Amino acid sequence: MSLPATERWREAPEPGRARALAGLLAVLLIAAVAVGGTWRYTRHVIADNAARSTQQELSAVLPGALYDNAPAMDVVQIDTGGGQPVPVYRARRNGTPVAAVLTIVAPDGYAGPIRLLVGISADGRVLGVRVQEQAETPGIGAAIAVADSPLLAGLPGRSLEDPPESRWTVRKDGGEFDAIAGATVSSRAVVGGVRRALQFFSTHRDEIFAPP
Amino acid sequence: MNHLNVSDAGTGRSPADSPWWNTPGLPALVGIFPLLAASNSFATGTALGIGSLAVLCASNVLISALAGSIPSRLRIPAFLVLVAALVTAVDLLFQAHWSGLYGQIGLFVPLIATNSAILARAGSVAMHRRWWRALLDGVRHGAGYTLLLGGLGALRELLAPGLLVAALPAGALFLLAAVIAARQAWPGPRGKP
Repeated sequence: MSLPATERWREAPEPGRARALAGLLAVLLIAAVAVGGTWRYTRHVIADNAARSTQQELSAVLPGALYDNAPAMDVVQIDTGGGQPVPVYRARRNGTPVAAVLTIVAPDGYAGPIRLLVGISADGRVLGVRVQEQAETPGIGAAIAVADSPLLAGLPGRSLEDPPESRWTVRKDGGEFDAIAGATVSSRAVVGGVRRALQFFSTHRDEIFAPP
Repeated sequence: MNHLNVSDAGTGRSPADSPWWNTPGLPALVGIFPLLAASNSFATGTALGIGSLAVLCASNVLISALAGSIPSRLRIPAFLVLVAALVTAVDLLFQAHWSGLYGQIGLFVPLIATNSAILARAGSVAMHRRWWRALLDGVRHGAGYTLLLGGLGALRELLAPGLLVAALPAGALFLLAAVIAARQAWPGPRGKP
């Protein structure tokens, strides 16, 4: 590619030792100020955002009239013996535990694990379910994440005994729950995950609601 | 046309200077790949484009100002430090002020630093320009970038409900290929490449 001589790049002369040192120091200083300054300015906003988004997610699976505390701040780590402790958020009204929210990972999604947020009332009924993370096929399995889908809408009110265990799955497997059309595997994983959340809750109920 | 196009003279307003012919994303395909994955909607594509625009402008100005003081053997590491710091700052700002969108693009914001087009602009154009010309160059190419990523995102968002491939990561490559084909067919200042 040929350019007119006037537009050809002029190589800058090499800087002297002192100037090069100053130039490199300036680069480091600018980089440090850019990162450090932005961090100082943004860290509180970022922390607030995180707390607010946790609160928002929790309120999606907890009816607001039920509790008067801030569940996002009322966390207990339940030790499950192996692996990571599971954080459980507790909702209270006048200090009495009314519900808990836990995250559970359904490992048997169509395209990897599905992370679910499940709200459970103190008497062991599902209050609400949201999909937090999934990698299901866009346009098909990803529909499990839609908040008012028949799949997620069919879960609140259910407990370990309702329906009985043999019917605690999608209709295709002889169960009671509507699956997302074309996404039976993903729907089955969600229903199974919610049931396991209920089981976890009933096993660890005393730990979850233990007085602080 | 598949080499890095750095021929921008930065003077005059010939059609060869327009972002359509000079946007780094089009000729410098290597540079855009890290960001393509996030071009699945108009909002995410545009946000990443704006992040690139900010980094490109700031790095161009800084590099234009500092280039004379950096020994040529240390140019690339020095530019890398600057670009990486700027991208980190942009990442933090996105996290703080676009937290909703950040959930979708957070993974890809740091990848702006791996966008070789930014370093190419720094090493080929910004170094040899006064700071305001370098800034102008950053604005023009950043805007081209934003339009490209946002446009690609909008296209994918429109096509995704009926055309599954548009929603998949590969869809970005197909659509980018379509945009490049359109550009090749366009009777441009360089004629048919």
